[in-house]
Formats: sequence, structure tokens, C-alpha cells
Amino acid sequence: MEILVCVRRVPDTSENEIALNVAGSDIERDDLVYSINEPDNYAVEEALQIVGRVGGKVTVVTVGTEDDEEVLRREMAMGATHGVLLTDDAFTGSDARGIAHILQAFVQKGSYDVILTGVQAEDGGAQVGGMLAALLDYPFASLVTAIEVLDGKKLKISREIEGGNKEVSEIDLPCVLSIQTGINEPRYVGMRGIRAVASVPIETYGTSELAIDSTSVGTAGAKVRRVDYFVPAATKSAEILRGSREENIDKLLELVAAKGGLK
Amino acid sequence: MLQAIQPDVSLTSYLSSGHGLFLAIHVLGLICFAYIIARRLVPLLHAQRDPRFDHPVARLRNVLKFWLGQWKHPRYRTAGILHILFFSGFILLALRAFTVLIIGTSPGFAMPGLSGTRGETYEAVTDYAATIVFLCMIFAIVRRLVFKPARYAVPARFGKAHKADAVFLLALIAILMLADSLFEGARAAAALRQGVAAGINTVLSLPWIFKVVLASKSLPVVDRAYFNGYLLHEVTFYVLLCYRPFGIQFHVETSLFTVYFARLTRGTLKPVRWGVRDEELDQVKSFGVKTFEDFTWKHMLDFYTCADCGRCSDNCPANSAGRPLSPRFLSIKARDYAFKHYPMFGHAGNGKPLIGTVYSEDEIWSCTTCGACEEECPLLIENIDKIVDLRRGMVDDGNVPQSLQKPLKSLESRGNPYAKLEKKRGDWANSKEFRQNCTVKTIDKSNGAETLYFVDSVTSFDDRMQSIARATARILDHLGEDFGIMGSQEKDSGHEVRRFGEETLFMALRDHNTEAIEASGVSRIVTSDPHAYNALKHDYKDLPRVEHISQVLARGVTSGAIKFKPVANSENVHTYHDPCYLGRHNGVYREPREVLDAIPGMKRVEMARSRDRSFCCGGGGLMLFYEPKEDERIGVKRVRMAAEAGANVMVTACPFCMTNIEDAIKVAGLEGRMSVIDLAELAEQQIVRETAGAECANEIPPELVAGR
Repeated sequence: MEILVCVRRVPDTSENEIALNVAGSDIERDDLVYSINEPDNYAVEEALQIVGRVGGKVTVVTVGTEDDEEVLRREMAMGATHGVLLTDDAFTGSDARGIAHILQAFVQKGSYDVILTGVQAEDGGAQVGGMLAALLDYPFASLVTAIEVLDGKKLKISREIEGGNKEVSEIDLPCVLSIQTGINEPRYVGMRGIRAVASVPIETYGTSELAIDSTSVGTAGAKVRRVDYFVPAATKSAEILRGSREENIDKLLELVAAKGGLK
Repeated sequence: MLQAIQPDVSLTSYLSSGHGLFLAIHVLGLICFAYIIARRLVPLLHAQRDPRFDHPVARLRNVLKFWLGQWKHPRYRTAGILHILFFSGFILLALRAFTVLIIGTSPGFAMPGLSGTRGETYEAVTDYAATIVFLCMIFAIVRRLVFKPARYAVPARFGKAHKADAVFLLALIAILMLADSLFEGARAAAALRQGVAAGINTVLSLPWIFKVVLASKSLPVVDRAYFNGYLLHEVTFYVLLCYRPFGIQFHVETSLFTVYFARLTRGTLKPVRWGVRDEELDQVKSFGVKTFEDFTWKHMLDFYTCADCGRCSDNCPANSAGRPLSPRFLSIKARDYAFKHYPMFGHAGNGKPLIGTVYSEDEIWSCTTCGACEEECPLLIENIDKIVDLRRGMVDDGNVPQSLQKPLKSLESRGNPYAKLEKKRGDWANSKEFRQNCTVKTIDKSNGAETLYFVDSVTSFDDRMQSIARATARILDHLGEDFGIMGSQEKDSGHEVRRFGEETLFMALRDHNTEAIEASGVSRIVTSDPHAYNALKHDYKDLPRVEHISQVLARGVTSGAIKFKPVANSENVHTYHDPCYLGRHNGVYREPREVLDAIPGMKRVEMARSRDRSFCCGGGGLMLFYEPKEDERIGVKRVRMAAEAGANVMVTACPFCMTNIEDAIKVAGLEGRMSVIDLAELAEQQIVRETAGAECANEIPPELVAGR
């Protein structure tokens, strides 16, 4: 089974103190540590596990610049066979549809049975997977929490739906799936693993190789533009329980039950 | 040999009739033994290299102390004394056993140097030795069957109990002693009947009893007893010899080698591969131990040598808290694996991964590397190196618990496991109150210092532990030291990173710090964290001298540079908890106690488990991120031990001990009745300063300060 996983490099929210720049147009990026978008890491792990069960190859792809190669290397160190960087000055400033369009062009150059994305980018809005499926006219399932390969033509997938219930569906191949975090336990990649793939070549494609009209992507093609970045004002919504231990327990249970946390 | 002293026509001829049989048994027994040993050596030949042929003097000293001297045995009184008795019995009887064996085929043989009076004396000593060994065996069997010491029990998850095996082997030795005594008694009885003097009369020894019983019997009966005693002795001897390599008594043969080849250093770890330099490590295809053959030959020898005595697990904090690790079974399971996959006949080897079959992941991650098991082992078996090698194998396969992956990644990108910004590493020294009377300089090109205070991650970033950093800085300041920190240039020492098997990341951290320390131009390093202390001292190379703050304090106390005022609350009873990496791994037991005892009015008690038997707090560094399966927190057990000792203030000298004990006090419900303080914090509070103006309390949260 040929699996393509779309990945993205994001500022690691757990390793940075995110602050706005003076203009308020973006976050301060000078001292940031970047890493793989965590949901994408689950998608790659899932792809590797499927290939481990039924055979095949895993390719990881990202749209970005040379800096983004580091996440491709990390995922290749996990076990992905190929790393592909889609890069072109014309891609800069793409909105989600633009990214989906670039990915679509790349997908159509190859032959993939399954395309996986993380459930969402930590700095994005869970848009690319669905748009990519639509552009390719592939079936799409989001928030996938389990995948089983049926006779090579279909997948049986589970999705978690509100309230913790599970829905099981069959989906035809080829398809696009967005993978929920927690579907597996991604393997560890250390510096040694990354060093081992340091010299594996990464394929690079731009507008001409992908036959993309440069006005349909990047800032030129973007129909969604960011206009502001701000930190919401802190509100005083925290409620502190100040009764005896027993009273607090009763009150807490009441509050949790009211929010549907207890059945 | 007595044949030689007292040639006895009747008995010698009687024994001669069995020459053919005896010789056949000798030959068969020796061939079997040689074959068994050769097969047992097969896995060792497939193992990783391990250079242990250096320092013969130090190794011989170990043999004299730990093997011949049985140094560790008395740590367990009953079993230890029992072992010392029959070990010395065996040593004494060895010559006699060989002599007797040879007599069967060459009557009249005497061991050179053991004839005449000297021979008679040796004979008398060994008569009693055999008797003592026999009685010890009976006692040991009764102990196994009736008293059943808890540490011999085998939990169901580790397989079947080895009681039958143990009792059978003990019984064989008892039979060997009986046969030997019957043989000697019959010989003496015959001599007596013939009116020949028969050496020293060893009253109440086993041979003496047989002699007295046989003295009244007819000569043919005595002859038969003599013949059968010999035959039984010979057969039992070879059965034992050939059976031992299949069970826990293999250590009789292997222990001498295990002790000789034992590791000579403490606090250190074996490299990923012996003989491979750091720069060449990228060429090594696989790291650590994944299959049995990835162990070194010495580690395999350890597996053979484990006597299943259970002392390691009895002292293991992980085992005691119900984690899935028992160091005893680390060895026993590997030994059983070796026996199964390197059998006496047929194909040897298996090559399947050990994790998931022989060991579980949780079992291997459960170890705190406290070293209690190694400290206790009478045979000097090494466990930490094996655990770390197994972890290296898992890390290499990407098999790392999710809860550890984040901190490891942060260590890679930010140099600390908490994902804090590098530039904030020195912020603990910037609080306003602290800066009023103590400034800590950050060493850089224009700002040199004599001494580097290596703070390490937890003390730099954890709000509570920063108080240890400030106390340490004030102590150094009080002593007039020219010291500084590296601030953002310091990264985690990597001590736990290495012990969790991430060697490559460790090397990156080590190289960064080494370079920064060299560039700083300091001539000495002080740290308040025993883990950093151990890393800089043993895991790093060619650094300036490293000291723990307790050593600096002790020297200040001795020289008079540090004077303490009396304790604020004379009701408090203190107890000192030895951090594993200060105590067991580095032997620093005396200094912290000297510092405490120098405080006027200090009431101090020792816990039952202290010094080299100290009980780990639960483990530091990355262990704080690991979520073990356990019945009770290790730290809670430790806090209860302090309460049992009658203490209400625990003093430690390690930020991780502080973290674990502080949590454990809450979990144990002892808040208000037990508190914990770092030695540096306590000492700093008590220091008498020359000028009143310099006096200033450290900013420890008031509820945590002992004596308030």
C-alpha cells in the first residue's frame, strides 16, 4: 500500500513562550523552536504501522522552505521511505486552499492508495485535508481513530464522535483521512535516527514541475487573509470552591455532572 | 591420604577390587563436566566484547575480599554466617575431596605436603569441616522448607519457585558429606580393629560417629561400608559437579571468575560498545542490548553466577513499591533463556528480541539506577549497565514511553526537560531580595571566575529547587569564593538522559557543556545536584575538579570558615537521607553528617536504611516524567522510614530527593508532622555571618522550612 502523509512544521507550543510582535501582525519568531506538527506525527506513525502490517511504502510531503526539511528528516528517521519538499517562492502566503491545491498537483503526479493528514495543524484550522479530498474528488474521513485494511480495496475506519461514542465506517480507496491524536503511540526519534537519514536525498518540486499556475497559489491566489493576531483578555471565569472538603466534593460533582462529564 | 599414612592391607585390596569401576566413573564424570562447561561457554563466545583483563592487582584484591573473604555475606546475618561456614568448609575440604577421588584409582596416594602430623591435623580439621557443612545443609534445608524466608519466594509473573532445585542441591551436598564421613569412619574403624593408631580422635564429628558405630561390626561389614562410602562419595561428587551448571549452584564454579572480572569503578556506565570511539558510533548499526547476544560475555557470566539469593530484590526500591522490576529475575530470566536457547544438544541461538519475550518494557523502565542491588550482591553482579544497555536498545528502536518523549525532545532543542527558554536558565539569581546581598555573576569572555557553580536543569528552573541554588550561591559567597554560573550557556548535564539510554543526546549535551566549561576557564566546579556531580565526575572527561556542596560545607566547618548558630527549634529531630548518587555511587556519606552534627543543638537520628543501604526516593531526572505501574510510591515508603526512625525533619542533598520526598509527605498524609529541607538550605540558614547586614534569610517557602 502506497501511503502519502502530508506534514507541517510548526512552532512547538510546548517549547516556546509565544508572544505577539510589536505590530500585532504575527507572533515573535526570533527565538522559536519548531517541530513537527504533533497530529501529523500520529499520521506518520499510523502509516508506518499499516505498511508494517500489509506492506508498502510511506512518503512524507510538506509545502514550505528549506527550513522545513528538518521535519521531513525526522519523519524519515521514523521510517518513511521518501521525503518530498514542495517549495517555490510563489507558494509563500498560500491560504489553506492554496496549500491543498499544491498538494493536489503533487498527488496527481504519483499513485497513492491513502493520503493521511494530521487532524489539524497547531497553527491552522483543520482545512487542508478536506479541501485536498474535494480537489482530488476522493472520499474523505476526518478525526479517524482506527484503521483496518480490508482486502486491499477498502478501509474500515473508526471515528470518535461527541460524547466518546465510536462510529465505524468503510471507505473506498483511494481516500484522504485526517488522523486524530491518540490513535497510536508514535515511536521515538532521537538525534541518532535523524543523523542516519541526513544524507538521504529529499525530492523538491516547484510550480513548473507541478504544473501549477503561480497566480492560483501564494499571496496572489489567497482568498483568506489574516488581518489580526491578539491575545484574548483574561476573564475572571475561574470559580474557586471555598467550602469544607465534603461541600467542595459535592459541588464539584454537581458542576462536572452539569457539563455532561458524569453519566 | 590416610592410605599412605596407615597402609591397610585389607581395605586397600578391597578398594582395589573397584578400581575399574571407579576409574570409569572418573572418566565419565570428567567428560560430562567438560562437555557441559564447553556448551555453557558457547553464548559467551557469541557475546559482545568487554575488556576486563586489566588491573590484575585490584581484581585479585576483590577476589580476596569478596570471594575468599565473603565480605558482603554478613549483611544478611543468618544466611551470611551459614554461607561463610559452608564456604570455608568447602575450601578446607577441597584438598581432601581430590585426594579421596585419586585414592580410588591409585591407593596410597597422598597430597604432597600433607603427610605425617601435618596430614593428621588436616584430617582432623576436615573431619569437623565435613560435619559443619553437613549440619549447615540440614539447617539450610529446614530453613527453605519450614521458615521460608520471604525473599526466596517467586512471584507468579516470574515463573515457578526454585525451591525443589535448591533443596535437591543442598541434599546432594549433605549426602556428599555423609559419604565422605562414612568412608573416613570405616577406614578409621578398620585401623582400630587392627590395632593401628588412626590419627587424631575427632570426637563427635561425623567420621567419628561412623567409626564408633562400625568399630563393633565384623570386618566384611566395615569393608563394605568403606567401599560403598567411596562409591557414594564419587558418584555424588560427579552428579553435583555435572548438575550444578543447570541451576543456582553454578556459582560454585563461576563465582571466582565473576568476582575477578567484576567492574572496578563506581558511578560509571559502560560505553555503548567497548572499543568503539564516540566518533565512530554513527557507524554502529544497532545500539544497546536487543537480543541476548548483545550482552557482553561478562554480563552473561553474571547470569550464570546469580545464586538466586534475592538480596538484590530485597533491597530494590522499585521491587518494593510493586513496580514490575525485580533485579533478581533480570538475571534468572536471562539465565533460563541461555539454558533454553543454548542447550546441551542441538542448535544454539535464537536471536529474537528480549523485550516483549523475556523482559517487559515497564520492567526495564522501572529501574531508578539507585545501585542498591549492586551494593548488596555478594557476587558483585552488575545490573545498572544491563538495564541501561536494554534501554539503549529500546531507544534505538524508537520504543520510548510517550511521557518521556516530550522531555527528551525539549532536552534536544532547549537543553532542559521542561522546555524552558535557555535565556531564563539563570533567572533564579535575579530575584530582588536575593540580589540585595548576593550577586551571582554569569561567566563569559570578559567575566571569568575560579569556580563554576554547575546548577543543572531542575535547580535552575523549578521554583522550589531554585531556593537550593540561592542557598548554594550564598554559601559560596560566604566562603569568599570567586564563583559564577554559565547561565544560558549551561545545558542539562545529561545524567539521566544517559541512564535512560539516549546516548546520542547525552553526548551532544556533554560536548556542549564540556566546551562551555573549558571556555569559561574555571579551575574547579561545585554543584548542589548529586546527579550533575556524578555526570561531571564520571560521564564527562578531563574537566576541572568537581565537588558537591556538602563537601565544600564540610571543609568550611572543619577549617572554621563556617560557624553555625544553634538550631531554632530544639524539639526537631533530623534524619539524613543519603541521595543514591552522592552516597552509594560516590561514597560521600561522612561530609553531610559532619555538617549537620556541627550545628549546635542538632538532634539527629539514622534511619534503619542509611548510608550504603539508603533507600532511593523514587528516582531523579527523567524518572520524574515516567509513569510507573506501582502499588505505592517509593518516596512514600522512604518518608515512613524516616517517621519510624523518630525524625520529623528529613535532610537531603539532592533536588530530586527533595521533589520526591516533598510529594511523598503529602501522599503519606504526614504534612505538618514531617518536613524536608536540603542540606545547603539548612546550613545556609544556620550560618553565623560576621556583619548583621549580610544576614538574610533565604526565600524558602516558610511552611517548608524546618524548625518553624
